[in-house]
This record gives sequence, structure tokens and C-alpha cells, in this order.
Amino acid sequence: MSSDANKSPSASQKTRFWHDPAKRAILFQSLLVIAVLGFVGMIVQNTLHNLESRGITTGFAFLSQEAGFGIIQSLIDYSESSSYGRTFFVGLLNTLLVSVLGIIAATLLGFIMGIARLSNNWLISKVASAYVEIFRNIPLLIQIFFWYFAVLRALPSPRQSLEPIENIFINVRGLYMPEPIYGDGFGWVVAAFFIAVVAVFFISRWSKKRQDETGQRFPMLWTAAGLIIGLPLLVYWVMGSPLTWEAPVLKGFNFRGGMTIIPELAALWVALTIYTAAFIAEIVRSGIEAVSHGQTEAASALGLNRGKVLRLVVVPQAVRVIIPPLTSQYLNLIKNSSLATAIGYPDLVSVFAGTTLNQTGQAIEVIFMTMLVYLTLSLLVSAFMNWFNTRMALVER
Amino acid sequence: MKKMGLIAATAAMTVGLSVNASAADTLAAVKERGFVQCGVTTGVPGYSNPDDKGNWKGMDVDVCRGIAAATLGDASKVKYIPLNAKERFTALQSGEIDVLSRVTTWTLTRDSSLGLNFAGVTYYDGQGFLINKNLGVKSALELDGASMCIQSGTTTELNAADYFRENKMQFEPVVFDTADQTVKGFEAGRCDVLTSDQSQLYALRIKLSNPNSAMILPEIISKEPLGPVVRQGDDAWFNVVKWSLFAMINAEELGLTSKNIDGKKNSKNPNIARFVGAEGIKGTGLGLADNWAYNIVKQVGNYGEAFDRNLGMNSPLKIERGLNALWNKGGLQYAPPIR
Ligand SMILES: N[C@@H](CCC(=O)N[C@@H](CS)C(=O)NCC(=O)O)C(=O)O
Repeated sequence: MSSDANKSPSASQKTRFWHDPAKRAILFQSLLVIAVLGFVGMIVQNTLHNLESRGITTGFAFLSQEAGFGIIQSLIDYSESSSYGRTFFVGLLNTLLVSVLGIIAATLLGFIMGIARLSNNWLISKVASAYVEIFRNIPLLIQIFFWYFAVLRALPSPRQSLEPIENIFINVRGLYMPEPIYGDGFGWVVAAFFIAVVAVFFISRWSKKRQDETGQRFPMLWTAAGLIIGLPLLVYWVMGSPLTWEAPVLKGFNFRGGMTIIPELAALWVALTIYTAAFIAEIVRSGIEAVSHGQTEAASALGLNRGKVLRLVVVPQAVRVIIPPLTSQYLNLIKNSSLATAIGYPDLVSVFAGTTLNQTGQAIEVIFMTMLVYLTLSLLVSAFMNWFNTRMALVER
Repeated sequence: MKKMGLIAATAAMTVGLSVNASAADTLAAVKERGFVQCGVTTGVPGYSNPDDKGNWKGMDVDVCRGIAAATLGDASKVKYIPLNAKERFTALQSGEIDVLSRVTTWTLTRDSSLGLNFAGVTYYDGQGFLINKNLGVKSALELDGASMCIQSGTTTELNAADYFRENKMQFEPVVFDTADQTVKGFEAGRCDVLTSDQSQLYALRIKLSNPNSAMILPEIISKEPLGPVVRQGDDAWFNVVKWSLFAMINAEELGLTSKNIDGKKNSKNPNIARFVGAEGIKGTGLGLADNWAYNIVKQVGNYGEAFDRNLGMNSPLKIERGLNALWNKGGLQYAPPIR
């Protein structure tokens, strides 16, 4: 090659393609891709062949067979005669439910604790750091067991249920609440809510524009709250209160009717929240501390009060530092929710990768589908957080 | 954490299955390795449970010990691998264990679609219900609306659903991974009922902090023939496991026990002579030592001895022989002859 280059350094036009690093790279990379695909294909082929020769059923036909087992909590219609395919969706939705609840609660608690750690009040900041140190350092599974069994033992049997508020019952089987029954005209209330949201959106655009142009501020928060709460309430009253409640009643072993939060969901939710919030608190604290003190001082020097310094100067800059590690906490929470199976919360791993896998014996198919779900969820959350991050990122002028 | 085990096993299985197609020779592997790898429960008294010194004890354990005595001449050469209900078949398929002896019900699906073979029946069981005495329930038909603690990945899960559906009753399934958690859930009052194979209910009952607070309902709602399982396609090993169990049952029928078998080595009874390996085909067909059956009885005992010691009158469970008596004593235990 070097001799080639010496002879005709200017004849790059005629260089053989294997002497051109760019083309060579393409060639090698294509070869690599072909080899990898071939290898994967061979593994798949071989596995299928071996499964068959060992008499292990393969394929996805089982998804349409009748499942035949019960599931304690389902967000969609499910009964013993539903298919295995449906158990997948029941499990998936239960995973999503606890993940979304967990992410919301952990974010709130994490922000509160993170800010509390920076408080000038000695007691508050010590309580917050004790919280972080304790819950960050105890394995999550143990925390889940703790909340589950500790709480279960503390609660009374159905016949001795607590009734803190009328028609709301708490016992060892869960929290029983009246279920809303929507009457005619409730649709209008919902419509009013959405109209209010849209209106708030436009008003806030207008108020921002006005502030940019004239510097006048508009009481946006109060307007928004008033519209979003007030408008639906007004319509509700006009339509003649089209909403009734079906209360749970004690019958035989337990309450029937109404809505239930099972203790498995409550325990998992609490454990995931408290555990993840401890990490989020640290992320928030370090994010705020990353904003240099000069910024705060400069803002105060401009005459902004403490609240405005936080809201307009510190938080927008801290958020940029906070979001990337926050994303990984969200991903952790989603994946950790699969510990549900230890306390019998019917999430995807417990229902689908647990019972369905075992009843059908099709481990490879089921685990493959389950892994795909977690991968997809993680990628979606990452994509969303990246988008959010770019929006928040410093716009350099 | 259990889930990691399952995923790892599945991964191992995928890798294992993608490289090696030839049916492995488990018997040769066991002889070379010097011990049998036996999948058992994580702890069900009477079937497989470590005692206070950490030695595994129980009916299913004795089946493993019998297999080790037959193949290696030493019943203690067993490595026990505790598995919960969900992990057990994957562990066997992937080759992590040689035999699964873990209160496992023989069903069509398991026998025909998992690439496994059932080698016989160690215990004829059926599903029952354990309830808290103070509920005042006398029959399973009064259980409409009850919550039930169930172990995940079992036939129990399906039978319960069938039974309640058939009797137009409702129930709330609370599904746990291990027997321990299931018991804890029941004790904590999360469920009114714990349901499982009836013999295991007796076993789990003695794990309760107050066993007298719970009772077992009379109904039996299913057939649960429990037995050892091996991989399909390895007939030599299948035979060894099958005949180890048959030897224990035959020994009881012939009146051979761990105490008296030494005195019967020179017996004139042709059945006994064949059993102890003095005459007949001996161990040739199975690829075992001539005294393979003698070793089982000498070191482990016959079926009846194992039953009494682990489940029956000499054990805390005090389960009647019932269906598990020999065929000539009114039960179902029957083994083909050794000849
Ligand atoms: N015979 C049934 C049930 C077997 C079973 O797993 N029973 C539970 C009783 S709660 C058990 O032994 N669990 C012990 C463990 O998971 O270690 C089957 O094969 O599916």
C-alpha cells in the first residue's frame, strides 16, 4: 500500500477500492453485519430444530388458547376463559399502572426531599438526609416485603374494617371505595374540562406574549385553576349532578361492589416510591447545588425575591442537570416494578412470564416477549426524556 | 430475584439448545460426575425440607437418594437444588438438574409439550383447601367470594379456577412465588383460604405459628399424581429413574426392609433372589451394578418405610396411606415385577 501511494500519489481517482479506507470500511462493516445476522439466524434455526427434536412445543399458537386461571386485578375485561394472549395485556397494563403511579409519586417526594436537604432549617435538612441514607441503602425487595407484610399485619379483617370516611373501608384485603356511576350528561362535564384546558393553553400563550411585549404580568395560575376546576363544576351543576356512587357492601367473606386498591398494589407503589424518591432527592439536591451561587446573588441583586430567584433562575438551570439522571431513575423504577411477583401483584412478570410461562412451558417465546416489552418501555421513556431535555437545554444565542 | 434465576435459566436453555442437539447420556454423566443433581422444593416438610442440621429430608428426597444408591451405590451422593414451582421445568429442560423430584403433578400438557417424561407416581394426591377455623366454614361450597393464597406456576392455580367456575362461585386469587410466601400471606390474613395439594396442606400447616388455628376442608377437587420427571429422549436414564421407584414399591410388597434385607441375601424365594441381584438379569439392562436394588433398600428403605418416616405415622404429618397403600392392601401403588 505504501509503495502504491508513493508511486502515484495524485492518481487517487484510480485507487482500487480496497485501498480507499472509506470504501474498505463499508465493505468490512457489511461483512460484519452479514456475519452477525448469519450467526443469529443460525442460533434461531438451531434452537428451533433442537426444541422440536426434544419434543418441546414452539411457536406463538398458545397465545390464543384459553388461559384458565384467575387474575386478581385487571384494567381490562378478563376471566378464566380469556386467552393467554390477553393475560399478556392484563399484566402489561398492571405494570404500566404501578410504574406511572410510582413515577409520579417518586418525583414529587424526591423533589420535596431534595429541596428539604438544602433547607437552612437544621431539623428539616437532617430528616431529609436520614431519609435518603436509610432508604437508598436497604435493598428494594426487602422494603417491598416490609411494606407488604408489616401493613398486612397491622390491618383488621374484613368484618372489623376501619371506616375512616363514610363508605370507604380499609382492611387486610385492601382499600374499598365507592365506584362512580356516570349518568346522562356526564359527558358534558368531561367536555367542559377539556374546553377549559384548551382555553388555558391559549390564554397562557397570549399572556406570555403580552409579558414579552409590555412587561405586564397576568395572574395565570389563578386563571388556570379557576377555569379548569370551575368550568366543569358549573356544567356539573347545570346538568343536575349526573354522577352517583355505588358503595361497597360487606357480603360473606368480603366487600362486593365499589372500587378496590389491593394491598399488593399499595405496598409495591409505596416501596417503589420511597426507594426511588431517595435517589431522586440526591439528584435534585446536586442539580440545585450545581447552579453557581453567583447566579443566585446576581438575581437577588436585580431585586428578585427568593421565590422568583428559585423559579426564574435556579430551577431552569438545575433542571438541565437533573433530567438525564432522572431518566435513569424512571427506567429503574419501571424495571424494579417486576419485583411485584414476590408479593403477588399481578404485573407482567408475575402473570405472563410467571403463570402463563409455566402453564404453557414456552419459556423462550414468553421471555422474549417480556424482554421486548421492557426494552420498548425503556426506549420510549428515554426518547421522551431526551425530547424534554432538548427543549429545556440552554438556548445559546 | 427469583425472576433473574428464571431468565438466566431460559438464557442458558437457549444457548444450550442452540449448540447441542444430541440426546445427552445422563446416566454416564452422573457416573462421571459422582453425584445426582436433584431438583426439590424450597421447603415443604415431609417432601423435601432441610432439617436443623441442613440435611435434606422427605419423600421426594428419598426418591433422589434411591436413584443415587442405584446408580452410584451411595444414597448420600445427591446435590439438592431447591426450585420454586415456576422454575422447575426450565431447570430440568436446561440440564441444570438430572431429575425433578418435587411434588410435581403428571399432566398431559407437561408430559407432551415440555419435552419431559414422568417416571411414575410417588404419591397420589388431590387438591384441597386449608382455612382458618374461626371462619366457621365446613365445606368448600361455602367459599363463594373468598380470597385464596395460591402458589404461582402450579396446577393448583388452574384447578381452583375450574372448580369455582363450575360451581358458579367467585374467588380472589392471591398468587405467590414460594411456599413460604404463600404461608405468610395466609397467616397475615391476606386470604381466607390456602389451596394446594392436600398432602402439602398438612405439611404447610405445621409451618404455621399456630397449626391448630387452621383446618383442612373435606373436599378434594382434583387428581394430583405426583412423581419424578426426567428429560424426554434419554431412555436409559428414564429407565433408571422409573425402576428405582419401582424397586422401592416392589421391596415393600416383598417384605424387604432396610433392616432385614441383609438377612435375605441368600433367600430361596426367587423374587427376592432376583431383587437382591443373586439371579436373573440383575443390573445389566439398566447399565447398573448387580446389587442396584439392594442398595436402594439397604440405604433408603422400601416405599412403606419412606412413607412412614416422612409422611405417615412416624412423622409429624401423620398422613394415612389411603390411595398410597399397596395395590394388594386397597391402594393404588403397584409396580411391574423385577424379573
Ligand atoms: N402438584 C402441583 C403443585 C406443586 C407445588 O408447587 N406445591 C407447592 C405447595 S404450596 C410447593 O410445594 N411449593 C414449594 C416451593 O415452591 O418450594 C403441581 O405440580 O403444579
